[in-house]
Amino acid sequence: MYVYDDFDRTLVDERVNEFRDQVARRLSGELTEDEFKPLRLMNGVYLQLHAYMLRVAIPYGTLSSEQLRTLAHIARRYDRDYGHFTTRQNLQFNWIKLSDLPDVMADLAKAGLHGMQTSGNCVRNVTTDQWGGVAPDEIEDPRIWAEILRQHSTMHPEFTYLPRKFKIAITAAAHDRAAVRVHDIGLRLHKNGAGESGFEVVVGGGLGRTPFVGKTIKPFLPKRDLLSYVEAILRVYNQYGRRDNIYKARIKILVHEMGAEKFGAEVDAEWQNIKDGALAIDLAFIADIASRFRYPKYENLANEPPALTQVRSRNSRFDTWFRNSVTPHKQRGYAIVTLSLKPEGAPPGDATSEQMDAIASLADRYSFSEIRVAHEQNLVLPHVAQRDLPVLWEQLEKIGVATPNVGLVSDIIACPGLDYCSLANTRSIPVAQELTRRFKNLGTQRELGRLHINISGCINACGHHHVGHIGILGVEKNGQEFFQITLGGRADEKAELGCLLGPAVPYAEVADVIEDVVAAYVELRDQPNELFVDTVKRIGVEPFKERVYAAR
Amino acid sequence: MPLVKNGAVVEDRFTRVLDDAAIVDDVPVIMPAARLLADVGDLAGRRGATGVLWPNDRDISQLAPHLDRLALVALDFPNFRDGRAYSQARILRERYNYRGELRATGQVLRDQFLLLHRAGFDSFEVSKPADASAFAETIARYSVVYQPADAGTPAALRRRNASSKAGARVHLREHDA
Repeated sequence: MYVYDDFDRTLVDERVNEFRDQVARRLSGELTEDEFKPLRLMNGVYLQLHAYMLRVAIPYGTLSSEQLRTLAHIARRYDRDYGHFTTRQNLQFNWIKLSDLPDVMADLAKAGLHGMQTSGNCVRNVTTDQWGGVAPDEIEDPRIWAEILRQHSTMHPEFTYLPRKFKIAITAAAHDRAAVRVHDIGLRLHKNGAGESGFEVVVGGGLGRTPFVGKTIKPFLPKRDLLSYVEAILRVYNQYGRRDNIYKARIKILVHEMGAEKFGAEVDAEWQNIKDGALAIDLAFIADIASRFRYPKYENLANEPPALTQVRSRNSRFDTWFRNSVTPHKQRGYAIVTLSLKPEGAPPGDATSEQMDAIASLADRYSFSEIRVAHEQNLVLPHVAQRDLPVLWEQLEKIGVATPNVGLVSDIIACPGLDYCSLANTRSIPVAQELTRRFKNLGTQRELGRLHINISGCINACGHHHVGHIGILGVEKNGQEFFQITLGGRADEKAELGCLLGPAVPYAEVADVIEDVVAAYVELRDQPNELFVDTVKRIGVEPFKERVYAAR
Repeated sequence: MPLVKNGAVVEDRFTRVLDDAAIVDDVPVIMPAARLLADVGDLAGRRGATGVLWPNDRDISQLAPHLDRLALVALDFPNFRDGRAYSQARILRERYNYRGELRATGQVLRDQFLLLHRAGFDSFEVSKPADASAFAETIARYSVVYQPADAGTPAALRRRNASSKAGARVHLREHDA
């Protein structure tokens, strides 16, 4: 947990005052909507279909219990008693009044929270592995680097009016849980042959209407150079990124049009000018940022204590949940627990005020007051003693966040879609809800194994459909909602874009088609533990297409 | 359009000249980039100060050889959301050590003053009179910033650990650039 000092607090407070002034000038007409729009966006305020939406930044998905309680309070007092966790580890309130916003921001600021740079053409919330600092397979805590980048990019005087939004993600683990290859900049912290750690730098990945898997332009960047190199990338992009067409303004288009090699050469040339300047990072600086992270004082505990193993053997429902939602921890005797925000029939990623308050209390009791937000729109208690798992599970069951479907077919990622969003062509939440009902049998889900469904209600791809094992994209045809289905996408270290299955299908048939796709997989896999995405990789989409469309 | 310089509204002593207009020898002028580059030899002996209006899509390194002769560089914001000139400003200040007047022109609004100031601008052709008179209070809105980005202006520095050495380097070396 990064702990704010006076410096960080002052900046957030001053930002609230600035925003209060901007809202007042907008309400008095001194600021036009055109002038105000980027200012409100850079504070996380969108105008949606029915109301203003506020997106609160949760830097690299780490929350304290106090912060989660603050979010519950905002939902209760200013919204409709719930919040929505997003694929970029943030939280959205969908029903906020513009006139309440300055007070909302002031309440958030008291807990060190804000909406800064959760929208607008600037560097957005830097995301990372939701298990940062606790994952056994990481080489170090990637959140330190996310925090360094957060500070560097906050109100940056050069990069606040970029051609388009800019998203950075970091992983420090063997398995990429941060989807770094589909970000504007992806950073993979790893060790080189000499045992030193540094970053592989990937640029130009992204989804949206022109999806690309990013290209590596620097296989190994020493840590000291991270800020200067990122600054060089941003500077090249700021000057040469297209501004004539919003759909061609992301860095991925620049990298594609220039070619990754030439783009990398331009960045290198710029970097040579600044790499030994004020941005060079030394060990003391890293140590200073690291020292602001509070780590739990773990007890010396054994793995698999009897308090856990006994309950596992006599309670099969607990054991099912344990095998699905509990993951090994760096620290002996502890575990990482994922809380599913995907119960049957519910909108993915929503949590009520009551749930948020309860989770905050459970975090206080069982997880050193810390909570994480996963980009799959679930929550995580990152430091639970294994002996506490049975009693924690009972509490989680009571508040409806212990559905053992993490990573399974009903753990669906979906954008808000036409229920909220003014850009959407189709609904996506009701599609997700219907699919969770079709696949409600947990035994069947387990039998299917890991299977990610991602749904976007328009081509902007907020539901990351291109990298879903099954991707569902809503399109509008003659005023009707239709859905294109793609298979075989993935966002991890083997990132790939899905292939189109066939013609788009109408709203009423989507769930049937997905059921047919899944049935085809069961028939086509060469053994029961071949994952869906591996079957598609091995045989392509044609065999699926034949089976699914034969009957239509 | 009011001009703000050194934090106060002042009279603009420069005159803009178009591509083919005659230039009076002892009058301070701002000329288009193309003309400056074409006539650079003739300008050497001018008595009046010379300034240039540099477009935001032209490589700023082309201006570097001529900076000695210039009293003013104006960089353009065709609209306030087009941020290319922020990079040009920092490159002029930090790479080429340009110390003359650096003017923001175009759609220049109150809520970008601080960013402009920190990127190295020291004069501002402000679009709205009310914004111009609010300049000083606006750039004082923040007492803290995170990045070592500004070019010699005594804006708020990050002095997180004034008493401790740890962590100071990036934050206290702001004026090295």
